Amino acid sequence: MRLKTFLLLAALVALHLILLFAGFVAPYDPAAQDRELPYAPPTGLHFKDASGWHLRPFIYAQTIAPDGYVENTSRSFPIHLFVRASSYRVMGIIQTNWHLFGVAGPARITLFGTDGFGRDEFSRVLYGGQVSVAAGVAATLIALLVGSTFGMLAGFFGDWADESLMGTTELFLCLPWLYFLLGMRAFLPLQVSALKTFFLVTCVIGLIGWARPARLVRGVVLSARSRNYVLAARGFGASNFYLLRRHILPELSGILLTQATVLVPRYIAAEVTLSFFGLGVSEPIASWGNMLSTLQQYSVLVSYAWMLAPMGALVITSVIYSLLADTLHSQLKFHSS
Amino acid sequence: MKTSVRLVLVVCLLAASCLAAPIPESSTAGEELDHAENVSGHYGGQLTIGERAEPKTLNPVIATDAVSREVIGRMNADLIDINHASQQTEPALAKSWKKSPDGRTFTLELRKGIRFSDGYPFDADDVVFSFALYMDPQIDSPQRDLLIIDGKPLTVAKLSPYTVRFTLPGPYAAAERLFDGLPMLPKHLLEKPYREGKFDQAWSLNAVPNEIAGLGPFRLKQYVPGQRVVLERNPYYWRADRDNHRLPYLDELVFLFVGTEDAQVMRFEAGETDMISRLSSENYNLLSRERSRTSAQLADMGSSLEYNFLFFNQNDLSGKKLDEIARKQKWFGDLKFRQAVSAAIDRDSIVRLVYGTRGAPLWGNVGPGNKLWMDNAIPHPQASVDQARQILKSAGYSWNQAGQLLDSSGAPVEFSIITSSSNTQRMKMATLVQDDLSHLGMQVHVVPLEFRATIDRVFQSFDYEAAVMGLGGGDADPNPEMNVWTSSGTTHLWHLGETQPATAWEKEIDQLMQQQMVTLDYAKRKRLYDRVQELIAQNLPFIFLATPNILTAADSRVGNFHPAILDPYTLWNADELYIRTPGKNAGAP
Repeated sequence: MRLKTFLLLAALVALHLILLFAGFVAPYDPAAQDRELPYAPPTGLHFKDASGWHLRPFIYAQTIAPDGYVENTSRSFPIHLFVRASSYRVMGIIQTNWHLFGVAGPARITLFGTDGFGRDEFSRVLYGGQVSVAAGVAATLIALLVGSTFGMLAGFFGDWADESLMGTTELFLCLPWLYFLLGMRAFLPLQVSALKTFFLVTCVIGLIGWARPARLVRGVVLSARSRNYVLAARGFGASNFYLLRRHILPELSGILLTQATVLVPRYIAAEVTLSFFGLGVSEPIASWGNMLSTLQQYSVLVSYAWMLAPMGALVITSVIYSLLADTLHSQLKFHSS
Repeated sequence: MKTSVRLVLVVCLLAASCLAAPIPESSTAGEELDHAENVSGHYGGQLTIGERAEPKTLNPVIATDAVSREVIGRMNADLIDINHASQQTEPALAKSWKKSPDGRTFTLELRKGIRFSDGYPFDADDVVFSFALYMDPQIDSPQRDLLIIDGKPLTVAKLSPYTVRFTLPGPYAAAERLFDGLPMLPKHLLEKPYREGKFDQAWSLNAVPNEIAGLGPFRLKQYVPGQRVVLERNPYYWRADRDNHRLPYLDELVFLFVGTEDAQVMRFEAGETDMISRLSSENYNLLSRERSRTSAQLADMGSSLEYNFLFFNQNDLSGKKLDEIARKQKWFGDLKFRQAVSAAIDRDSIVRLVYGTRGAPLWGNVGPGNKLWMDNAIPHPQASVDQARQILKSAGYSWNQAGQLLDSSGAPVEFSIITSSSNTQRMKMATLVQDDLSHLGMQVHVVPLEFRATIDRVFQSFDYEAAVMGLGGGDADPNPEMNVWTSSGTTHLWHLGETQPATAWEKEIDQLMQQQMVTLDYAKRKRLYDRVQELIAQNLPFIFLATPNILTAADSRVGNFHPAILDPYTLWNADELYIRTPGKNAGAP
């Protein structure tokens, strides 16, 4: 059990580190177009050529042909680790041009193929993941913060505070939020910077999503409030604030943690949905949603399977998070019993 | 025979007569049919076409949308036709016409003895009545503008039951082309609603089939809301093939409403539809890859007449509270700025990435698809970022350390391009332009908007900075382009509602366009229009990008499939289309 949790946590940390250092892992600038290579398929890694087997994998340059792409086998391009290529900023601060791997030009290594503008899909999945996962995590934090605040207030004070707050959550839960957002986009100025859009999307998802954790927290607080030790503390003259901080908040930590692991993948999916419909960050910045939106075209969907790569990334992320939520949940149950 | 058996028989006969398509009437004495000398085929069959939307009306006088016009066009006919293959005029309901030497009067001789699809004879009264409808300001037909020349309407007079005379208020080049797209309507059916002031409700989609009659190859059989319109053979149609068989060959023409282009392709692949009148290059390539499975006839007709372009908002924004855009108009109005933008755009790669080589780059409003009118003297410079930078430098622009372009007052050059989100090709163009301009240090944002919102901003609120749009495709002649290039035109997109020409070159274009309209000699007109194209290419109100090829597909069973580069691309010869059936040769009915 512990090992499983550990492995899942390790996978989660690895995933986030890869995304955090996307610039390093990605071989190319995600916005750099190569107009000679639209919809190029993933490059094949080779180990064997005419001269025999090689330990270092190599690729061949792809060139466009009347029906698809062909590999030019006259020259091989070995893959090198730790190469210098396009410059980027690590976490927006340190400028560098080191990359984990790469090949010498003019060949391009496109592990997940390229999109319609010849941009490297692998690099875009990594950079897109930064946007999508960051939006999911940030929105979760907002939702939990707002949700637990209101949930605690409602559960602890009861009465009209409870009635009015829970009434509000019901209102939020029944809001058709996709239409709400589509409508809201119409009132925004035409030119919204990517950063602003990102914050807007995150805040909107978080602020719409607070209702569910609020109801959950309220339930826990409601039951905690009438526990004997709480009543005793109150009898000794503890203030409301003391009770919340000392006795009730610790009760919540477990439930908030599991909620977080449940909500993060859900909010990543929400960001993907919004970007899919063109409400998220706009071109040329990548996000899993706006990358998937090209699949709305039938011809792309049936012709270029590698354009589904962001989908795979989304599934892997969601699975890790949900498995973690599962183990956390069962461990918490184990603890409380 | 027992009564019950007789009843069953009667019912069966009735049912059979309802289901079967009407049999072509044999020609009557004195009926002047049009004989298509090189057309052959055989009768029978049904052709199904997937449409992206439902038609809005079946009334030819008030229809504006493409789908309505496509359906209506099959049920109606014009006096003079533009042959879509040759792009030249040819006789239709008028078997011949005479033009007066000054080009102002046209005397049309109508075909005798021909009938509407309800069997009622057609004569000059119907022509006079139809034109009264098109010219009525109360009805406000979209065709009305074309018939008003120099602010005065053209006049129609009946000389005999089969002769009509049209008098134009002034000389008008290629006037016979006007008659194409003006269906002749039955007076006997439409006079009553017109007199009662209910004309705009007549011939709606819910009309009973026998209330509608036309002179086209087909007539209305059934309309199922949300699903399809079914047309059946007009048994009185006035054209016949080389063997004197009355056209059309097809029993039925079915328009299926499928929604999107992708749905059109999927239905076609599934064999549910037989024809797609316009394909994107991606879907064309998809179908050609799967040709072995779908056995489709694919046609790449070459460059279309459509032109896609980037343009900047140069409208008069005083009193509009759009200060930010007004500030940027200092750049947009600067010719050097536009020249630099044009020089930096790599049109060849736009063609490659957007149209997959099934298109052509454009440097002017008339593309290679329009061989009659294209000015070959317009230069086609290669994209050059260096040259663009030099132009900007000479105009007082500079770059900061981060490589951002600054104008002469030191403000960074940043603007947005709006485009309709439903058009993936124009979205792609905008993204490529964005990337090209980033090499000049311009910060460009692409803003996809819903189609109506785009139109609204461009035509009404002027709340946009730049846009990528497309125009053209109707006719090869320069006259339909009048409203784009003359300063008072309703599609003078970059600066709408000019009361007088804002610039000297716009003034010159106004004069040239007016002149070409009244010049009858082709060579002279061509010289005038060449000058218009030069002025446009020099002053870049639009920065032309690319034109797609006309790509169409039809099932292999469809015979006489001859798509054209004029709209309607595939159904213009619907009367000649037929379904090949094994064992039957063309020519045998």
